[in-house]
Amino acid sequence: MISIKGLSKVFRTKDQDVHAVSDLEATIDSGEIFGVIGYSGAGKSTFIRLLNRLEDPSGGTINIDDREISSLSKGDLRLARQDMGMIFQHFNLLWSRTVEDNIAFPLEIAGVPKEERKHRVDELVELVGLGGRGASYPSQLSGGQKQRVGIARALANRPKVLLCDEATSALDPETTDSILDLLVDINAKLGLTIVLITHEMHVIRKICHRVAVMEDGKIVEEGDVLDVFLRPKQKVTKRFVDQVMGDPDRESSLSLIKEEYPLGEVAQFHFVGERTHQALISEVSRKFQVDVNVLHGKITQTQKGAYGTLIVHLEGEKEEIERALTYVRETSVEVEVAFDV
Amino acid sequence: MFEQLFPNVQIDDMITATNETLFMTFFSVLGTFIFGLLLGLLLYLTGPGGIWQNKVANWITAAFVNVFRAIPFIILILLLFPFTDFLVGTIRGPSAALPALIIGGAPFYARLVEIALKEVDKGVIEAAKAMGAKYRTIIFKVLLPESTPALISGLTVTAIALISYTAVAGVIGAGGLGDFAYFYGFQRNSFDVVFVCTVLIVIIVFIFQFIGDFASRKLDKR
Repeated sequence: MISIKGLSKVFRTKDQDVHAVSDLEATIDSGEIFGVIGYSGAGKSTFIRLLNRLEDPSGGTINIDDREISSLSKGDLRLARQDMGMIFQHFNLLWSRTVEDNIAFPLEIAGVPKEERKHRVDELVELVGLGGRGASYPSQLSGGQKQRVGIARALANRPKVLLCDEATSALDPETTDSILDLLVDINAKLGLTIVLITHEMHVIRKICHRVAVMEDGKIVEEGDVLDVFLRPKQKVTKRFVDQVMGDPDRESSLSLIKEEYPLGEVAQFHFVGERTHQALISEVSRKFQVDVNVLHGKITQTQKGAYGTLIVHLEGEKEEIERALTYVRETSVEVEVAFDV
Repeated sequence: MFEQLFPNVQIDDMITATNETLFMTFFSVLGTFIFGLLLGLLLYLTGPGGIWQNKVANWITAAFVNVFRAIPFIILILLLFPFTDFLVGTIRGPSAALPALIIGGAPFYARLVEIALKEVDKGVIEAAKAMGAKYRTIIFKVLLPESTPALISGLTVTAIALISYTAVAGVIGAGGLGDFAYFYGFQRNSFDVVFVCTVLIVIIVFIFQFIGDFASRKLDKR
């Protein structure tokens, strides 16, 4: 769907050249939600703006849906942009227009006749859950509602790609979640490819299928969200993973647990996208003669199932404990018994 | 009562003078709006970061605006006499004042237009670009609507300056309340006439201010 090769962007200032994006390679599949995470200054904002050429690349190629974006003429670029929706951190709505007229704006640009425009706007207002607010002005809406207008506007011309530039960074956590739910919903309903950039791992965890970590203008790590969560290779990735799985006292709590429970077995269960055995703990204690005591842990939900680690204490006959652990190993949950403290 | 207080004031003459002032004000505001808006747009669009960024065009526009703003209005009228004569066919009367009023007012308004346009959120312009908007669409559907309240309050300020310019133009033969106050009031020592002219001008200014404020407030949906 989107393939990016050798993409670079250099900003020339008086004192120095700033390589905002350098030699970036990426492939984004049709219908997936692709997240790019990085700290500010990593180049992610420049990256997403290169995709619809709000910034002109200094080098490399961008191919979206068999169209070579990087070499389009001005007129063709305008048409290509109508096939790409974009939403922004600060919504960027026209305050002089009502919700309906804001959503109608891209349709006006695309030359859609008035009747059809009205029909499409009504549809979109419903889709993003703003029924009844069509005649309001943006200043009368909350942040979350404004972003809904932004999303409706971005979807107006039935784009194939939706670019999200820090779309939830100006929203509170609860509103962020509702906007993310809407994006997942749209992705599923319309089969839209979504590229989003963010500095919040929470956003990646909640909705992305694949993630790329950016640092110094390059993608330093890329993969399925779960893989990256489970086996972060780069330091910067680990820091992001800690944002959501953050557990600074883990080391000390582990040694405490070992001292507290000399009998039985202490094990770590790593959930990596488990879907079928979500109720694993109660399953184990029902099926085997063991008591399972959850000591510590955190489980979080991602697009591909549960992810996280539980530290449990198993009490019972030694063989029975072994059988229980064997059973657990047969699921996708990874078991670690003699873990180092 | 009125005749005792203002023995020299002839109502008919006053009405004629007021009409002349209103005529000059109305058409000079209209002309200033059109030319000032064009100049202001040109200043903004060719300026740094504008969609038609162009150093030369920007420099020329800015130079034109600055030069005509620097010339004191009374000198500007004298300077434009040949031009006015060519354009209007006379250098006397309210119509003859219009070229000087517009050329004096438009550069002033152009700067206010430029400021108003600079206040438009860059993000909104970017959003329009991301939707594939043409420059024309960005100008007419984003820049101008989004800056309307500021354009109107700027026009109000300009209109009030123009009313005062009409009085100056009056003194050198354009007619209107300024003319009347000077020739029939000041020079004949009839200060009651000067006083009534002043009151009428102040009323006109207040009306323009009121209309401007009202329109600007009504259109501001922020």
